[in-house]
Amino acid sequence: MSDSTNTIETFANQEYKWGFVTDIESESIPRGLSEDVIRLISAKKQEPDWLLEWRLKAYRHWLTMTEPTWANIHYPKIDYNDIIYYAAPKKKGDGPKSLDDVDPELLKTYEKLGIPLQERAILAGVAVDAVFDSVSVATTFKAKLADMGIIFGSFSEAVREHPDLVRKYLGSVVPTSDNFFAALNSAVFSDGSFCYVPKGVRCPMELSTYFRINAKDTGQFERTLIVADEGAYVSYLEGCTAPMRDTNQLHAAVVELVALDNAQIKYSTVQNWYPGDKEGKGGIYNFVTKRGACRGVNSKISWTQVETGSAITWKYPSCLLIGDNSVGEFYSVALTNNWQQADTGTKMIHIGKNTTSTIVSKGISAGHGQNTYRGGVKILKSATGARNYSQCDSLLLGDKCGAHTFPYLEVKNTSSQVEHEASTSKIGEDQIFYCRQRGISTEDAVSMIVHGFCKEVFRELPMEFAVEAQKLLGVSLEGSVG
Amino acid sequence: MALLEIKDLHAKVGDREILKGISLTINPGEVHAIMGPNGSGKSTLAQVLAGRELYVVTGGEVIYQGKDLLAMSPEDRAREGIFLAFQYPVEIPGVSNMYFLKAALNTIRKHQGQEELDAIDFLNLVREKMKLMEMDQALLNRPVNTGFSGGEKKRNEIFQMAVLEPKLAILDETDSGLDIDALRAVAGGVNALRSPERSMIVVTHYQRLLNYIVPDFVHVLSQGRIVKSGGKELALELEESGYAGLGIEDDEEVATV
Repeated sequence: MSDSTNTIETFANQEYKWGFVTDIESESIPRGLSEDVIRLISAKKQEPDWLLEWRLKAYRHWLTMTEPTWANIHYPKIDYNDIIYYAAPKKKGDGPKSLDDVDPELLKTYEKLGIPLQERAILAGVAVDAVFDSVSVATTFKAKLADMGIIFGSFSEAVREHPDLVRKYLGSVVPTSDNFFAALNSAVFSDGSFCYVPKGVRCPMELSTYFRINAKDTGQFERTLIVADEGAYVSYLEGCTAPMRDTNQLHAAVVELVALDNAQIKYSTVQNWYPGDKEGKGGIYNFVTKRGACRGVNSKISWTQVETGSAITWKYPSCLLIGDNSVGEFYSVALTNNWQQADTGTKMIHIGKNTTSTIVSKGISAGHGQNTYRGGVKILKSATGARNYSQCDSLLLGDKCGAHTFPYLEVKNTSSQVEHEASTSKIGEDQIFYCRQRGISTEDAVSMIVHGFCKEVFRELPMEFAVEAQKLLGVSLEGSVG
Repeated sequence: MALLEIKDLHAKVGDREILKGISLTINPGEVHAIMGPNGSGKSTLAQVLAGRELYVVTGGEVIYQGKDLLAMSPEDRAREGIFLAFQYPVEIPGVSNMYFLKAALNTIRKHQGQEELDAIDFLNLVREKMKLMEMDQALLNRPVNTGFSGGEKKRNEIFQMAVLEPKLAILDETDSGLDIDALRAVAGGVNALRSPERSMIVVTHYQRLLNYIVPDFVHVLSQGRIVKSGGKELALELEESGYAGLGIEDDEEVATV
């Protein structure tokens, strides 16, 4: 092959920069899963009985389930008894009361990751909740948010301080029996973030959670629950990284969103879990269930995701459009390189009248990467006047990768409209040569083409994230016109 | 000093030798037409000069502004002022024409020690050049060549050339696929860019283009060699008697691009 093809590959093969391990004493429980382990986790977190029961119910149901095999992904069988289900940085006493109590090693880790936990360092107006292995270590800007009635913090804390809210909404969008990984998460979830925005309040800053898996052989099972009450608005960002390790690690999270009348939730993810090395060794298995319920009229939930990491991604952020005129959106960029596999997409379930959904999915495959879009649009009989627009584009770099598209459409009434567009293109040697003949280097040409391909999705990201996402794809915004 | 000196250039694609000893000297301001039947190596010569890696140079040398051209990367050749108007301009979906051209111009300006243009100066420059090419402004905001008609693509090439102001422009079959109005517009654009500091190589199969872009020299290529050189009247001679009149048949092997 020609040089320019090689350069495309070199360019696509930039090293993972977030692979360091933090040397911190951690406390974990023995490997394996049993009712005793669940009781132990629950006890460590001093949970109320109802939550322990909820977990056990999920666990008992999980035992009856089998791992799904319908996705277009391939991996060796996971031994669920060889995973550590709980790991926490060791702390003195009852845990950090403020940032001053947090282990400085931890703060250094987040600093390396570019997450400004120190409130005074935050200029961007992003409130951060950071989850390290299994526990939430710090939440910034909490007091300021509390003044407006916004509750934002770790899940465990919410269970202690706002049990009624948690109990009311937990599992109401993703039931414990929903699927294999959601059931597992419900049984063993250790922490996560909780957010409640009260009636009529517009959250003035981006809320952010940063997830990091540090400990070896540990699974991370966090749970996020966001509730926007009537007329509320919140924009939420989620970022993730992990050290480089040569064994696979499991990440099975559940995210539930609830939007009541006229409420809006915007949920953005930049997922950069360790993808494994060039030979496909190691990396995170990212098996995540994300779903939002537009319960109220005129409510809106928008998912935007940039997925560049993980050895395997299995993830379908979805919307239940229950309230009349409610709106669901899904914007996604998924990059698979080397031996990464991604089976990702969305489900839009139209239940209420005049509900609308938009799906824009951009898959980029390089190296031996396999990228699958799987999307379901279901329009029930009750959803008269519903509309959906889907667009799925795939971009191939090189000739060893693959792109696959599986759209499922199910329409049960005659007044609805569904549109689906799909395309597959390749960065060709001729395109690169054309750019080079105009003085543009191969690297810049690839950036330009990839950026152009992802533009519609990047536009949906909050500014700070858009920048990070572009950096991740090796793309520069500089001089962008049109 | 000559701008470009090609000495006994040999090149192949795969195992097939296509250029079999081309020698040509081009001085600043000169317009050279390269004519020849299909498969004679015209387009190959254009691509080799631009640095296409598909073609392997097996012998000879090319000196451009006193430097070894063949040692330079395609982007460096472009930055040093070589512009190829493609026979088949490439579509780049998602990248706006405007963004693409600004990136190209600023890379070249930077390389040549000039200041990069900001958005406003760039826009002014572009507007001026568009008038020259009678181009529809809407094309600027569309993705590079994507969904353009054949004529629009060729116009876009010459428009890019007008913006990038090369020292050596190589026009590869710029007339192919153009109707007479488009041909006139494109030729008008090219003529407006003629200057004592700019040389051109006009590759064409037909004499027709040379009625509009009148060359200083005409070279006839056959089976990878220049078989005849002369002034502009040589093109007219070819028009009358055809390549067969010069004893040249269509070469059997058609060069792959």
